[in-house]
Amino acid sequence: MLKKKNGWEMDELRIVGGAMVILAFATALLVLIPYMLLKEIKAPDGLKPYTSEQLAGRQVYIENGCVYCHSQQPRDPSLGPDGKRGWGRPSVASDYKYDTPHLLGTMRTGPDLFNIGARQPSKDWHLGHLYQPRAYTPGSIMPAYPFLFEVRNGPAKEGEEVVNLPPGHTKEGEVVIAKPQALALVQYLQSLNHTYPVLNSQIRETRDSN
Amino acid sequence: MDFTAALLLATFLVSLFALFLYIWTMSKGMFGDSMNAALSIFNKNELGTVEDPAATVSQLRELQETVTGKTQLTDDILKEDLRAVSEADQSSSLAVGICLTLAVIWLVLASFAGLISSIKLHSPDWLTQYSWITFGRIRPIHLNLVAYGWCSLAGIGVALFLIPRLLKTKLIGANYAIFGGALWTTGVFLGVVLIATGYSSGLEWLEFPWQVGALLVIGGAFVGVPLWLTLLNRKVDHLYVSVWYIAAGLLWFPTLYLIANIPGLHFGVQQATMNWWFAHNVLGLWFTPIGLATAYYLIPKILGKPIYSYNLSLLGFWSLAFFYSQVGGHHLIGGPVPTWLITMSIVQSMMMTIPVFSVAVNLHMTVLGNFKALIYSPTLRFIVLGTMLYTVASVQGAMEALRSVNQVTHFTHFTVAHAHLGLYGFFSMVMFGAIYFIMPRVMNWEWPYPRLIALHFWLVLIGFSIYIIWLSIGGWLQGLAMLDPDTPFMKSVALTIPYLEARSIGGGLMTLGHLVFAFHFFAMGWKFGPKRLGAALIGTAVANKLWSRLRGKHA
Repeated sequence: MLKKKNGWEMDELRIVGGAMVILAFATALLVLIPYMLLKEIKAPDGLKPYTSEQLAGRQVYIENGCVYCHSQQPRDPSLGPDGKRGWGRPSVASDYKYDTPHLLGTMRTGPDLFNIGARQPSKDWHLGHLYQPRAYTPGSIMPAYPFLFEVRNGPAKEGEEVVNLPPGHTKEGEVVIAKPQALALVQYLQSLNHTYPVLNSQIRETRDSN
Repeated sequence: MDFTAALLLATFLVSLFALFLYIWTMSKGMFGDSMNAALSIFNKNELGTVEDPAATVSQLRELQETVTGKTQLTDDILKEDLRAVSEADQSSSLAVGICLTLAVIWLVLASFAGLISSIKLHSPDWLTQYSWITFGRIRPIHLNLVAYGWCSLAGIGVALFLIPRLLKTKLIGANYAIFGGALWTTGVFLGVVLIATGYSSGLEWLEFPWQVGALLVIGGAFVGVPLWLTLLNRKVDHLYVSVWYIAAGLLWFPTLYLIANIPGLHFGVQQATMNWWFAHNVLGLWFTPIGLATAYYLIPKILGKPIYSYNLSLLGFWSLAFFYSQVGGHHLIGGPVPTWLITMSIVQSMMMTIPVFSVAVNLHMTVLGNFKALIYSPTLRFIVLGTMLYTVASVQGAMEALRSVNQVTHFTHFTVAHAHLGLYGFFSMVMFGAIYFIMPRVMNWEWPYPRLIALHFWLVLIGFSIYIIWLSIGGWLQGLAMLDPDTPFMKSVALTIPYLEARSIGGGLMTLGHLVFAFHFFAMGWKFGPKRLGAALIGTAVANKLWSRLRGKHA
């Protein structure tokens, strides 16, 4: 049992106390204060909430882990040529008003997608690219997503979305039909367009801090 | 920016205050009498006696000779001491055995998931037909299996073994730990199935949906119960530094995971800061404490000599807790988050040099002069390699937080290499070593094929070297290419391919090493090979026979 030679012998109290106080301090700084600062932030005028179809597409994006290769956070020009690559202006916190879970990402195995909808507005391109990325971007290492499509012989039925692939990527008589998940995902990708102007709000001053 | 300035000033003042408080407590001798404290892990006459249950008899003899310069073993360790150690080991053996077995199974599965992910990066049309095995699912499956399957359960198993030894008290309430471990492993299993079927939460390191994550919180809390029960009934006065690390780690993890998984609370960019607060702290406040606790116990124990500086080890503990808990923001450099947060994290990342050097000086100075011992002690080999890579990983991590370095490494495979240096190079290596030490005590059985330990060591060492060297280079070049506006993006992809292929080769060798390890582990479980000859476990006839055999050869 505890021996009380003096108060300091109660080591376990020091461990528990010290460990939890330190964790509380870090949590206040990294979780609580950002929470309070960002809670009341308003969406920029140009940003619209997602439609239910786009949200379904966002779910497909999450399911298939697109975030592990694609960031959604163009950086300031002082940190990298993101703008020059056509990825858009540096993002600000209010751009993500409707984004839960966040999909900022930490990798750029593929390009940043924050403005892919503006760069690549074509539905056909997106569908075909998801079916076989290398048909559009030679050397791409993005996985193909055949499970989002159905390949069938013969003509498509009424209301089905046929994917128009570049020549040589389907066999004679075969049609590639987009499943609903693929269509939803493309709607989400098309919605990724943050080209509206924003004020560089107070919570982001990457420029002065370099 | 008034708020920013005030906050940074406050952080600085708190840090300064903490430092002075620490110096004051040290000067008042409140950390206990340092050398006696460092000796508290040894029984009477154990000092100067090497210990490595994974070593063969001849290895043990060579080890003893290398470390102490004597061919003769010291006086017999007192029988009652031996019996106490044996009782301590037996009190935890079932819980430890279960946790470690589960950990090894997860390790094998995790290795295959990792290997598949790696191959998919340079062969993107391989196995694309099945959604559950697409890169974006198998990669988080790999991460979660490694982090919560292999590393966490191995860490829990090792911690459960260390607790009774450190407290010189039988483990009380081992069944709570078994129940906790079962909940935990159920959580991992369900979580991985959910990721495979597309029910990921979408947050890195937190992919398990919160309903399943709750099993890890509850399981983790249950695992902690025997520690606290044993702690409150302990027979030692002083708590050795390993106890501090284990106790704090077992408190920190459930708290972190709980806060991170509160449903409906986190949003947008705030969720991103929370995400990296969690992801970094799970490394710094969960895996690092357990790994260091293990190293702080086993290195002195195997060598039969105390840690270099006990006070330094406590400085390492408190500074790790304080600085590491605030570094997460550096993952969002250049991101849409408040600048003060990033600056603070960068400052604290640099401050991490304090705990890192405390630990490095301490552990490396203990081993210094005894490097030859690594030849003879299979356990020490893994652990010393692990602690060396801890130093490398930590220094590298601090550097990566600097804006100039981060600019290159952020968003690249370099970060992936760095993560592996920490969780594999440091933590997993230490766990391998610890398992080789612990299992003979748990099973009361020898490792049946000692050569397989060496094979495991060389396979993972060579595989990991290939992995880490080539992926770091590839990631760095990728980062440089991305920073050059005149280089097309696709070039940054193309140039990484040979390095990604090298990673697969390295990963393949590592996987092979794990298969050897798992085979050996289960061979022992099924009791192939000779029965344990004793060493320090049972201080009866068996051990005496061993000692006399050792002496006899040198007489």
